[in-house]
Amino acid sequence: MKPAAPAPLVRARDLTVRFVNRDTTVHAVNGVDLDVAEGEVLCLLGESGSGKSVTLRALMKLLPRQARVGGSIEVAGRDVQAMNERELADFRGGDVAMIFQEPMTALDPVFTIGRQIAEAVQRHEGASRSAADARALELLELVQIPSAKRRLAAYPHELSGGLRQRAMIAVALACRPKLLLADEPTTALDATVQIQVLLLLRELQEKLGMGVIFVTHDLGVAGEIADRVAVMYAGRVVEEAPIGPFMAGPLHPYAQGLLGATVHPGMRGKRLTTIPGAPPSLETEPTTCAFSPRCEWAEAACLAGVPEARPAGPGRTARCIRVPAA
Amino acid sequence: MVASPDDMIALTQTPDRGGPAQPLLEVTGLVKHFPIRGGLLGRKVATVRAVDGISLAIRKGETLGIVGESGCGKSTTARLLMRLLDPDAGEMVFDGERVGGNDQAGGLPLRDYRRQVQMVFQDSYASLNPRLTIEETIAFAPQVHGVGAREARTRAHDLLAAVGLAPAQFARRYPHEISGGQRQRINIARALALQPRLVILDEPVSALDKSVEAQVLNLLVDLKDKFGLTYAFISHDLNVVQYISDRVLVMYLGKVAEQGPVEEIYDRPAHPYTRALLASRPSMDPANRRTEPPLTGDPPNPVNPPSGCRFRTRCVMAEDVCAAREPAAARLVPGHDAACHAVTPGSGHSAAPGVAA
Repeated sequence: MKPAAPAPLVRARDLTVRFVNRDTTVHAVNGVDLDVAEGEVLCLLGESGSGKSVTLRALMKLLPRQARVGGSIEVAGRDVQAMNERELADFRGGDVAMIFQEPMTALDPVFTIGRQIAEAVQRHEGASRSAADARALELLELVQIPSAKRRLAAYPHELSGGLRQRAMIAVALACRPKLLLADEPTTALDATVQIQVLLLLRELQEKLGMGVIFVTHDLGVAGEIADRVAVMYAGRVVEEAPIGPFMAGPLHPYAQGLLGATVHPGMRGKRLTTIPGAPPSLETEPTTCAFSPRCEWAEAACLAGVPEARPAGPGRTARCIRVPAA
Repeated sequence: MVASPDDMIALTQTPDRGGPAQPLLEVTGLVKHFPIRGGLLGRKVATVRAVDGISLAIRKGETLGIVGESGCGKSTTARLLMRLLDPDAGEMVFDGERVGGNDQAGGLPLRDYRRQVQMVFQDSYASLNPRLTIEETIAFAPQVHGVGAREARTRAHDLLAAVGLAPAQFARRYPHEISGGQRQRINIARALALQPRLVILDEPVSALDKSVEAQVLNLLVDLKDKFGLTYAFISHDLNVVQYISDRVLVMYLGKVAEQGPVEEIYDRPAHPYTRALLASRPSMDPANRRTEPPLTGDPPNPVNPPSGCRFRTRCVMAEDVCAAREPAAARLVPGHDAACHAVTPGSGHSAAPGVAA
């Protein structure tokens, strides 16, 4: 027997999500294994339709009814799939919280910011109204909202985009979750505000020791916040690596293409590398390397089946037959 | 193919008039304020000063990048340049002719101006008519300008090929049947259908995935050479603007903060706002992460802009003079201007250079 490693905060094995309706089935997630340790920041990186947001929602059982979820999901030692509605209500907001891209739709427009934070505290910790209100003020100060006392009484529409995003983070952190799920929380923000929110999230994550799964399509954002990245393509993780080695040189051809297509300073006058073609439709589950139709290195062996995740250095795997087995 | 002389005129790019030294579009003192109405009688209660005195010149054959945060007025500027909005004040001169003239007063009538200036929007779906096929969309404007239906359709197919979409496969499709990157290519083809000289690109790649963004940027570079175009490229992405632009204009709350050649702006930024914007970019190096945000807070509301220099409320170098007086654009080197007291000789700012003797 191996020595007992500390149980990871998140452990998903062979996670699949299918959206079934009368005419079509969309194979959104096709076998994802994820491990996140306590206090670790994992970035799920991928383009639209790669399954990154669906994976995130599955971890909290937030998917609509027509989604068929398979595989096992354990968060903080609890089996998410087996929870009933009542257990989920305690679990969401208590152990796990989520922040979204658009705070205006995630916050309730008819309640003040202070009330929305206090409600979460009252619901989960059974605190009194006044204790919850005091905690709401503390949280607004924690997320560095200026003149926090006055802002408690503000409605979401009265705040600017950056403050609204901070308020949503405050709601999410109200009950000190062990795991924070972040779905592109900085994508809609301006550059000067985006960096403020990223630095705030990193500071809070270190202070509170949370695990974070951060979904983004922006390599630059991942570089600022992640400990580890998992690159998704067509519903699978095609490469997983610590952030430093990954940014220095991705192994999977798709990840390489993504890094090459991201415009950096100093590329003026040079032609940008592009990935030809478009992602597969996922109406049928990919049975080969899903990236092979767009890959310049594709060969007959790529069509022999879905490549397994090959270990490629410490904490690093890639689903590509060209990666030498370590 | 038989084409009437009128058709031929409509299908070629309008020839150059003013010569290479004449800017293609020169704008001085452009102002656009939007009233906010409220109360029982709908009286004007406040004004959004979206664009508040912008002067710029777009030279022939160049790409002018316009950057700034949301609410700085860059999209309003784009709509003013396209004349989708009428400016409250200011003058626009297109290749030596005043825009918005008529036969009596001289100048360039709007109809002729709009044929030479076209626009591509950020939302590729909302800017296409969902009930027109792709070839109908592209052929629409040439037909309005008097090109025959068959000729316009042939031309639409040529343009589809030019933007990298096989006409046989795409011409008869509707916008909802194609992907976002393909739709943006259609928008670009439509903008080129009238053989414009100036194309205004308002965040054309912001809604696209990175791999598609690179494809569209490469396409824009190719088309510029092929069709002899001039671009005004508006974006909030500083890396993309650096990649595509020859000159860059930085906007803040309806004003020009700094403008100059792309190397000057990115290597020697003079305005504190430009420096903060550049420092806000992710470092792309996990070993060397940002530790301090270069700016705190959000941009102020353009309804009540700060007095004097509009950036002073977020500026680390702000002094009394910044609240008292609005900085004028100071020339640093030829072609590089910054509106900041700290670089203006004799402004009274402690960091200002001395007045040259």
